[in-house]
Amino acid sequence: MSLTLNILVDGIAYGMILFIIAVGLSVTMGLMRVINLAHGGFALIGGAFAHWLTMAQGVGFWVALPLAILGTVLVALPLERLLYRRIYGFGELQQVLATIGITFLMIATVNLWLGSSLLQIRLPEGLGQPVDLGFRTLPMHRIVVIGAGLAVMAGLWLVLDRTGFGMRLRAAVDNRATAASLGIDTGRIFALAFCLGAGLAAFGGILGAELLPVDAYYPLRYMVLFLIVVAVGGMGSILGSFAAALGLGILETASRYLVPDFGTIFFFACVIALLALRPRGLMGRLT
Amino acid sequence: MKTPFRVALSAAVIAASGTMVSADTIKVGVIATFSGPFAIYGKQYREAIEVYVAEHGTTAGDHEIEFIYKDVGGVNPDTARALAQELLIRDRVDYLAGFTFTPNALAVAPLIDQSETPTVIFNAATSSINKQSEFYVRTSYTLWQVTEPLARWAWDAGIRTVATTVSDYGPGIDAENAFRTSFTALGGEVVDSVRMPLSTTDFTPFMQRVRDIEPDALYTFLPGGPPTFGFAKTYNENGLAEAGIRFLGTAETEEVNLQGLGDAAIGLTTAYHYSGAHDSDLNRQFSARLAEMFPGSVANWSSVGAYDGTHLIYEMVRAAGSDGPAAIEHAKTLAWESPRGPVEMDPETRTVIQNVYIRQVERDAASGLLVNREQGVIATVGDLGWDR
Repeated sequence: MSLTLNILVDGIAYGMILFIIAVGLSVTMGLMRVINLAHGGFALIGGAFAHWLTMAQGVGFWVALPLAILGTVLVALPLERLLYRRIYGFGELQQVLATIGITFLMIATVNLWLGSSLLQIRLPEGLGQPVDLGFRTLPMHRIVVIGAGLAVMAGLWLVLDRTGFGMRLRAAVDNRATAASLGIDTGRIFALAFCLGAGLAAFGGILGAELLPVDAYYPLRYMVLFLIVVAVGGMGSILGSFAAALGLGILETASRYLVPDFGTIFFFACVIALLALRPRGLMGRLT
Repeated sequence: MKTPFRVALSAAVIAASGTMVSADTIKVGVIATFSGPFAIYGKQYREAIEVYVAEHGTTAGDHEIEFIYKDVGGVNPDTARALAQELLIRDRVDYLAGFTFTPNALAVAPLIDQSETPTVIFNAATSSINKQSEFYVRTSYTLWQVTEPLARWAWDAGIRTVATTVSDYGPGIDAENAFRTSFTALGGEVVDSVRMPLSTTDFTPFMQRVRDIEPDALYTFLPGGPPTFGFAKTYNENGLAEAGIRFLGTAETEEVNLQGLGDAAIGLTTAYHYSGAHDSDLNRQFSARLAEMFPGSVANWSSVGAYDGTHLIYEMVRAAGSDGPAAIEHAKTLAWESPRGPVEMDPETRTVIQNVYIRQVERDAASGLLVNREQGVIATVGDLGWDR
């Protein structure tokens, strides 16, 4: 009984972290259809800013968080204008090559700036404390991450499904030329959506750093993880990513409790089986 | 392919040894990782070498010494071999050095045997490497050398049951075996052995499992950086320390990433041969010079491995110039004071005999930084894994 509860609690906490770090990719890759392998790079930039602000500048975590996200968006915006704008029109392979190149540039830049050791982000006192759940303890930051994950999920659903921006974005993605001829400024819409993706990446990178610590090689180390969440969830579906992240989190946690020596094999075997049965993922739209 | 290469290599070596006598510049080829996720090793090596050169000049005896750096990128035995070949034939080096990973070090064994090139291992910690060629000398440590004293210390501290949790890769499995063998030989019991996938990001399940078993201590071996960070954090957050389960490790709290671990690291117990907080003038001088020449750099075990390795090369060159076999014979007789403490080359295993310290992480009152505070010498040992 307590084992099942443990698996559930740890699985949901881990799944939420997966969701929070992958949801930005589900916007750029899933919705905008750019194979953005540099997603982890934006998470890295966010994490690097947060590290620099909290450790070197002595800024508090809750102030550093929005500042770091803003900083990342300010990096993303010119990148979108100069590079991604051209990348949107590329074929898939060229997109992969271009964005992985951008990833290497980001890694090298952070490496030059802050070195290749761990970039610790100082948490406020309260977040590091364990909270007693009755049958066991859970660190406060995991509870915060679960809350943040739910908030991001709800916020994105509202923005994408219930606002004019969301409607225009979906229109622009489905048929850019028609959307433009209807007077939608597709360039601006894409830039905004891209910045949203980058900002979410930074948010996830910073909040998830307790579990997936940030260092210069972060984007490459966790790239497979981000891609799996989006692929299993289904391209273009935020809800799909959410379900996938939770499912994968629980699955991986269960395998680690029950068959620790085969955890990785078990995890990837399940991913392969699922993608074989549903190539478009859990909630992928037919295109 | 093989035969022409051997002829070419022998010819090159003969030519090289012929010209070296008059040229009087001894070249040292350093094969290490200078790019990619493991670039930190190359950086630490190069900086330590440059500190040594700044202190001792560029000449040893009558010979000028020159270092040539080659980037092997990561665990790439084929590249390591190709680079060694290039260094031996084209650059005509007389000494090789570096080697972070065991497979890379092993890959050059046939080459250095043929060319009789002394090869100084700065890091790679598997005992068996030195059995593959007479020309390997090692200034780092071996897994057994630090693990067995740790097991003995744990036993003496009253620890009777231990759960081992290691990353599922070569060194992790070696460490698990070394600990289990040493600890059970003393009468202790290893109650659970978990091999965690290298890609593990969430260690909570393993910690909960260990917590439920309630051993006296938890022995672990993980690659440095993010995995150690996650592991130490989870160890604390799941209250293992409060539950009375002690942490036993080796390299996990190394200095480069120690500050990044934050308060989670306080109290972690490790057995290792080098601590940045080692109380000696030589160590303080070494750390200070390193920080002065390379602002922001911190000495760790790979720095002292390279620093002592450079010392060894200087001594070998001084005594034997480019004569490889004579250099190795001379190396076997050496003993010196290192920033880590006194060291001595073991003539049989060609790995340094050194002190292994038990350390605990604490926050230094003066600097406010985390340090590995040595609690005492637990053993002065050679390579304990040589006969295993």
